[in-house]
Amino acid sequence: MNVMDPTEVFRQEAAELFEVLEGALLDLGQRPDDRELVDSAFRALHTIKGSGAMFGFDKVASFTHEFETAFDRVRKGEIKPTQELISVALAAKDYIRALIEEPQSTDDIIGEAILDDLKRFVGADVPASAAPAAAPVEVQAESKQAGWQLHLEFETHILRNGSNPLDLLEDLAKIGPCFVVPVTDGVPYLDEMEPEDCYLKWDVTLHAACDKAAIDDVFMFVQDEMKLTLSPLEHAEAPAPLPLFQLLEEEQIPLQPAEMPAPAAEAAPVAPVASEPVKQAASQPEAKREAAPRREDAKRDDRGIATVRVQAERLDELMDRVGELVIAQARLTQLASAGSDLSIKMIAEEIERLASSLRDTTMGARMVPIGSLFGRFRRLVHDLSRDLSKPVEFVTAGEDTELDKTMIECLADPLVHLIRNAIDHGIEDTAARTAAGKTEQGRIELQAVHSGAQVLVTVKDNGGGLNTARIRAKAEEQGLIAPGAALSDHEIHQFLFHPGFSTAQTISALSGRGVGMDVVKRTIENMRGTIDLSTRPGQGTTVTLRLPLTLAIIEGLLIRVGEGRYIIPLSAVEECIELTAEDDRSRGRNFLNVRGKLVPFLRLRQILTVSGTPDQHQKTIIISTGETHVGLVADQIIGNHQTVIKSLSKLHSDVTIFSGATILGDGTAALILDVAQLVALAQSQTEKHISEAA
Amino acid sequence: MATILTVDDSPSIRQMIKVVLEPAGHSVIEAGDGAQGLAKAQAGKLDLVITDLNMPVMNGLELIRALRKLPSAVGMPIVFLTTESNDTVKQEAKSAGATGWITKPFKPEQLLAVVAKLVRA
Repeated sequence: MNVMDPTEVFRQEAAELFEVLEGALLDLGQRPDDRELVDSAFRALHTIKGSGAMFGFDKVASFTHEFETAFDRVRKGEIKPTQELISVALAAKDYIRALIEEPQSTDDIIGEAILDDLKRFVGADVPASAAPAAAPVEVQAESKQAGWQLHLEFETHILRNGSNPLDLLEDLAKIGPCFVVPVTDGVPYLDEMEPEDCYLKWDVTLHAACDKAAIDDVFMFVQDEMKLTLSPLEHAEAPAPLPLFQLLEEEQIPLQPAEMPAPAAEAAPVAPVASEPVKQAASQPEAKREAAPRREDAKRDDRGIATVRVQAERLDELMDRVGELVIAQARLTQLASAGSDLSIKMIAEEIERLASSLRDTTMGARMVPIGSLFGRFRRLVHDLSRDLSKPVEFVTAGEDTELDKTMIECLADPLVHLIRNAIDHGIEDTAARTAAGKTEQGRIELQAVHSGAQVLVTVKDNGGGLNTARIRAKAEEQGLIAPGAALSDHEIHQFLFHPGFSTAQTISALSGRGVGMDVVKRTIENMRGTIDLSTRPGQGTTVTLRLPLTLAIIEGLLIRVGEGRYIIPLSAVEECIELTAEDDRSRGRNFLNVRGKLVPFLRLRQILTVSGTPDQHQKTIIISTGETHVGLVADQIIGNHQTVIKSLSKLHSDVTIFSGATILGDGTAALILDVAQLVALAQSQTEKHISEAA
Repeated sequence: MATILTVDDSPSIRQMIKVVLEPAGHSVIEAGDGAQGLAKAQAGKLDLVITDLNMPVMNGLELIRALRKLPSAVGMPIVFLTTESNDTVKQEAKSAGATGWITKPFKPEQLLAVVAKLVRA
């Protein structure tokens, strides 16, 4: 995992930063005075710039720099972020993104145009690509002399900052032969001495024909905390005419312990340091074209900091292994419960517990907050509402709701479609809204909540609602139903999911081309989710997606119908009741009285065409999708089963009432019932009953 | 071989530092913000800390100040990363207790040179 290419890491990181940036910019449109947002946008820009330059994205760095400079007036609070400014900033963001992701598609002219716009909006006398702020390294002409005479005086606190004057002297010695003499006149009496302070000064004679820059390099980090006096040596042989220096050299004054000038760290001998071959010292870091001072205290509200990046395939592999483990464990449990060995039973139970928690942990590792997805739609809504001139307020909730990563990816397209529909078809134009006495600004709510082992994602608009009559007319026109056929509103709405069905009167660039809702439905159902529409004329439409938390393993209820065993996803099971003899006398209508409420039921024996005599006491499992409850009549309820889902082959793809299969502990297969399909089946039967009765 | 802690909220910068310093024989520990960095510094002896200044939770300056209060980090060199070569930032970081700095963008040789300067065998 450590061998990941840093450039690749940068690309990923940049993608995340763009989301942060975009989110901040869009929010800024709503709350122009929020300093946190400005800071957050700046921080993202700043990282993109810094890292971009590191990884060879020079154009990114220079463009981002100009972007940052132009935007600086916003940061300083000198001008307000207007809608126009934000639109340009978003365009600039897109341009940077393109520079990173598909540089060949970008054109410098576009970049310049964006920058011009940006500068115009901030009305700035923006300095053209700022001159280097740092003074260039002084080039000294006198590099030919024999050496240097140096006097070093450090500030007393130098050691506390982790700098070690001895190291610096060593570095000097790497340039050439040095003669080093400590100067002790600043050393106080022992009782006045701070053990962590540095009181020594040094005189150094450097016998090397280096230029001044090489010496400056040595003291690069401490320049501000020291006094460095430099004078060129005329002749290599001539010692500097410092009296103290000569005195020390000639008389070799021994230092008494009481006079030890400084803490232990630097009390080591500072005798002439042996020469070493001249070595190129650290090169001066490049001066950055950067002038804007930055504030350090802004807090960042984006997430995903304490994370380890793992390739998605590894998680998939892990999940597969866990799936196999769960199946093996089920076999062990069955074997153990058949035998009488108590210790084996205990181990089997222990393994069951571990496998179950391992499963949960693994699934948890694949979970990603849905907020990462929601963020993308803000831009979509912003752009759409501008293009269609329908002011729309976009509200999201439940960003922290976690979903399997694969599902989040699969959800992106369906949600884009639903949101587009909501704005394009759902929200009326301003005139119509005003006429209906509504606020001019439409509202779209995107929400995610946990509901048992499912996640509900709703897209809700406060537009005009579905036009049932028009959908009906269209369905009749397309020959999907006979004119005048008795259909419930709910059934009519289902035509929206029919391939090639669109009621949009004009085909806009956004929707109305007849591809979409059927694809949305199929995508959601492929994830074993369901999609549901509810609408109130004049008040809006809500589309509800119910999604399983994970794609790989579910809790199931194992039942028996005839000889076959089947799984019902436990998340859909409401309760299990016995089918009384009274209910069983199917008086032509399959309804069950559950605490005074009529619930339609389906006989699984009938649906699965099982022959033979049913068990004496039939059981009913009440399942539900949202508001609708349906009973399924089975022979026996066996119990809970951790179900590792295996998909059915293509040959079985037309078998709608099964969503998959699993392997049971004894090695036999069980089919998983598709709850959504069964509920739909029961519902259409019920509605037929009702319409026939009416 | 030195133990070096890199504190940066940008994974690519951390990766870059790791990729440069590990082949040079150093062991590199990572932290994504100041608070994590401080925790790692408290957990074990470090020879050098390379920190970004601009970070969430606990920024670089706060980290440097906190590190300088740790008895285990006395005399430990701390280097900060900065994109500005302006002196205000440097002064601020230095007075917080930083030893040196690296200006972004930096080349691998520059990073190695700074590390060699502050970490002695």
